[in-house]
Amino acid sequence: MTVTHTPADEVKAQGNSILEVTKLQELVYELKIEQVMTKKVVTVSPDDPISQLKEVLRVNRISGAPVLKDGELVGIISIEDVLKALELGAISASVSEKMTTNVQTLFADENVIQAVTKFGRLGFGRLPVVDREGRLVGILTQGDIARGLLRQLEMDYREEEIHRYRASHIFEDIASDQTGLILRYQVQARNFARCGEAASKLKRALERLGAKPTEVRRVAVVSYEAETNLVIHTTKGGELLAEIQPEKIRIIAVDHGPGIADVEKALQPGFSTAPDWIRELGFGAGMGLSNIKACSDQMVFDSKVGVGTRLEVIIRL
Amino acid sequence: MACGADLMSDVLAFTHAGTLLMTGLTNPQVVRTAEMAGIVAIVFVRGKLPPPETIALAEEKGIPLLASRYTMYESCGRLYQTGLQGCGLFQLTADHWSQGDPHSTPPGEVSQDLCA
Repeated sequence: MTVTHTPADEVKAQGNSILEVTKLQELVYELKIEQVMTKKVVTVSPDDPISQLKEVLRVNRISGAPVLKDGELVGIISIEDVLKALELGAISASVSEKMTTNVQTLFADENVIQAVTKFGRLGFGRLPVVDREGRLVGILTQGDIARGLLRQLEMDYREEEIHRYRASHIFEDIASDQTGLILRYQVQARNFARCGEAASKLKRALERLGAKPTEVRRVAVVSYEAETNLVIHTTKGGELLAEIQPEKIRIIAVDHGPGIADVEKALQPGFSTAPDWIRELGFGAGMGLSNIKACSDQMVFDSKVGVGTRLEVIIRL
Repeated sequence: MACGADLMSDVLAFTHAGTLLMTGLTNPQVVRTAEMAGIVAIVFVRGKLPPPETIALAEEKGIPLLASRYTMYESCGRLYQTGLQGCGLFQLTADHWSQGDPHSTPPGEVSQDLCA
């Protein structure tokens, strides 16, 4: 078998890498420094001799440490400072003589992007992290950032896997004589800006459950048209309910008024009582119920003036 | 494939998944409709630009928005001329769904479903 590498593959591959970079960039802006920093900080005292500092760095396998005096951050010292001191034969000098006193710090509640920028600008190997009161709470290296990002990516990935598993296997994993999943959505009257939110959520749920795209579209059209009717025509809104079973989906839209006087007429394609402002938005052409009927295997439509309207649709999977 | 419509119910009734929608409406419900009908991109005709809430919803749903300064007729005509096909004879999308194959429905049987 030969595998041909087409330009389309390349575009796809590029597309993927762009996606991943975006996800990483997103994380850099989302994650807080406190989520990726090392919290257990090895510190030294300004009065410690360099000879002792050398041991602290060696035993802990670290390349630098913040200097604390009475709990306050007064400096930072690195292995480079130790080497310089050794060169000058000043191994018994104190930390305070060789440390950097003008310490650059990061705030724990800042985003990781701030740390990335600072590392890039200053070229330091590590930056102490302080809280807003100036207390040392951690230390951050570029390695910490890489590890933190990888950990978060892995967590996100695992969560997505778990979601997918849970959703698509629900009907196989949970055994009963008749398993059904009921989703209820409250729909507000006249709130056209939010019209479609319920249908959108239902569509997403079905995708998660692994329904076929054609089935998803039928349910989407039915629920969207039904939701639109609840928004446009009811006095107090209503409820959209979907009962999902392995072999069929039942969609019910119920409201408590005003009700329809002539149900037969309402079912005629093109008949509509929608006001002009709804028509200007591209709706209310009297095609809603026809569309619903066309997408369903079974439809029951019932209404009584002063009581309400009930639409029940069955879509076989 | 592409279609042009200012009536969202029509879009829901006859578009196929993977269709480009040309419309003169710019409210967020156009994006909702596109999401539900499986429209992959929207072109606003007559030089109309969508309001921020429409753009925000399109971003959320990952649906690209384009704009044309031509009228609906001319926008559609220009694209058709370059070889972008329409949705064919008016057929209720549900017919395809029930038959499984988009090309298996004879056109004659189509609109009866509408009047039933």
